[in-house]
Amino acid sequence: MQVYLPIAEISVDIILLLAMGGGVGLLSGIFGVGGGFLMTPLLIFIGVPPAVAVATQANNVIAASVSGVFAHWRRGNVDFLMGWVLLIGGFIGSTIGVGLFTFLKSLGQIDLVINLSYVVFLGTIGLLMMLEGLKAVFRRRRSGGASRGKLHEHNWFHGLPLKIRFRKSRLYISALLPLGIGFFVGVLSAIMGVGGGFILVPAMIYMLGMPTAMVIGTSLFQIIFVAANVTFLQAAQNQTVDIVLALVLLVGSVLGAQLGTRIGAKMQGDWLRLLLGIMVVMVCGKLFLDLLVTPADLYSLEVTL
Amino acid sequence: MITIRDHYLLNFILVLSFASLLSIADTKPVGAIEADLSSHLVAIRADFSGDRIQLYGSINTPGEVLVVMRGPDTDYKMLRKSRVAGIWMNTASMTFEDVPSFYAIASTGPLDEITSSATRALNNIGFNNIGLDLPIIKAAGSLAKDWKDSLIRNLMRSGNYQLESAEVVFLGEHLFKTEFELPSSVPTGTYFVSVYHLRNGQIIDARTTPLSVSKIGLEAEIFDYAHHHGAMYGIIAIFIALISGWIGHLAFRKG
Repeated sequence: MQVYLPIAEISVDIILLLAMGGGVGLLSGIFGVGGGFLMTPLLIFIGVPPAVAVATQANNVIAASVSGVFAHWRRGNVDFLMGWVLLIGGFIGSTIGVGLFTFLKSLGQIDLVINLSYVVFLGTIGLLMMLEGLKAVFRRRRSGGASRGKLHEHNWFHGLPLKIRFRKSRLYISALLPLGIGFFVGVLSAIMGVGGGFILVPAMIYMLGMPTAMVIGTSLFQIIFVAANVTFLQAAQNQTVDIVLALVLLVGSVLGAQLGTRIGAKMQGDWLRLLLGIMVVMVCGKLFLDLLVTPADLYSLEVTL
Repeated sequence: MITIRDHYLLNFILVLSFASLLSIADTKPVGAIEADLSSHLVAIRADFSGDRIQLYGSINTPGEVLVVMRGPDTDYKMLRKSRVAGIWMNTASMTFEDVPSFYAIASTGPLDEITSSATRALNNIGFNNIGLDLPIIKAAGSLAKDWKDSLIRNLMRSGNYQLESAEVVFLGEHLFKTEFELPSSVPTGTYFVSVYHLRNGQIIDARTTPLSVSKIGLEAEIFDYAHHHGAMYGIIAIFIALISGWIGHLAFRKG
């Protein structure tokens, strides 16, 4: 059964969309990630114009983050002060990001920038995750037990001014650091249509030194607002948010996520990280290849929206 | 005293009578063609996945039939990739202004055999006669040809341009039919379907009938709302996402 997407202006098989939403929801449930980094390339692959894919996916990130944040909130695992500071950076970053998006679109380079961002950021993160997962799996084989991770190190950025005490995270650090991280993730969120959890979570653990339990809830909390800002600006400036597409994907991903969380609870963390790493690297590899291989037709029609 | 308006009217009458005189005096055979579409409205609804439009018609004297379906004019922008530091990126662009957004031809025989190039040029038939040639200031020579070919190639791939893709079939001595296929990405607007009755490469009669392609119902409302009330549309989209996330959470907690 086909459904016509009024903003993307194409018709797509509704079963395919539901399956994609379900599949990505399943993975995001298993691995505890937003799944935007998988959904956006998939949407582009089935023919949704990249600009629509990115903007609509930002809208979906809101729903995914809202459904996740409640559980963490009830357990008291959201550092609101940290969340707000990240958010200020995120708002500025995503606003500039959407502006940049509009500008790149007018230059005809938005597809390239979306692809390159995926290759660079996901490639790096995916490789790191894969290596760390592999290391942990082998270490456990040898010693028969997981080793304790080291606490955060003190680096140059701990000497920055504007220090604030984050009681919940038990940190006394410069506000410039979370502001900067929030800003950077905000820009990525606007250009890649992702929540940015895959950058935010490691940055909060390794750079800010936040307790791991506090990280997921706090990042979800700030992602809701950054994604909302991206959705609003994309809708107002570029008219690229497709509500019909978003709704169909939502139904699939909510159902998939339920199933995924149950599967994820039964799997070992290190194996999960390894598998997620492999998957991320594969998505990247495909995108990278697309940039390197000589296209069948050097000429293409610009999609006008 | 003759007013300007009367003057126009007089001219009009004169032209008309000359035209009728000419056609009487003309030795060319006179054809009479009748044709109509299976529908004058292509409605793009939620379940739209492209459409087929049939055209039926009849001619009262022998000859060939050519049907042209032309969509509203639009601007198309083409991009050309080249390799920069090992990566393929768009490095050049060219905009074609006021070209048909949709163009399809169906006929009883190959275009070259049933029409002369002069006839095609005079009646804007075929890809060489619909304004796809770039003005000299934009591009010339082989460069202009490359851009033009690439536009036609890409639009044919998307189904927006179709050349002799459909056949006009005679169902009897006089009755003929043809079918056009509109892709799901069909541009919206007013189309014109022109039916030509040809003999010896000359057009002896023609008829044009309109076809409207438009988004209908919810699909149209969503599109219009998104384009006219972008900010409010964004807020609604956010609200829907928040509610569905919350519902997802509730369902998740119970399950």
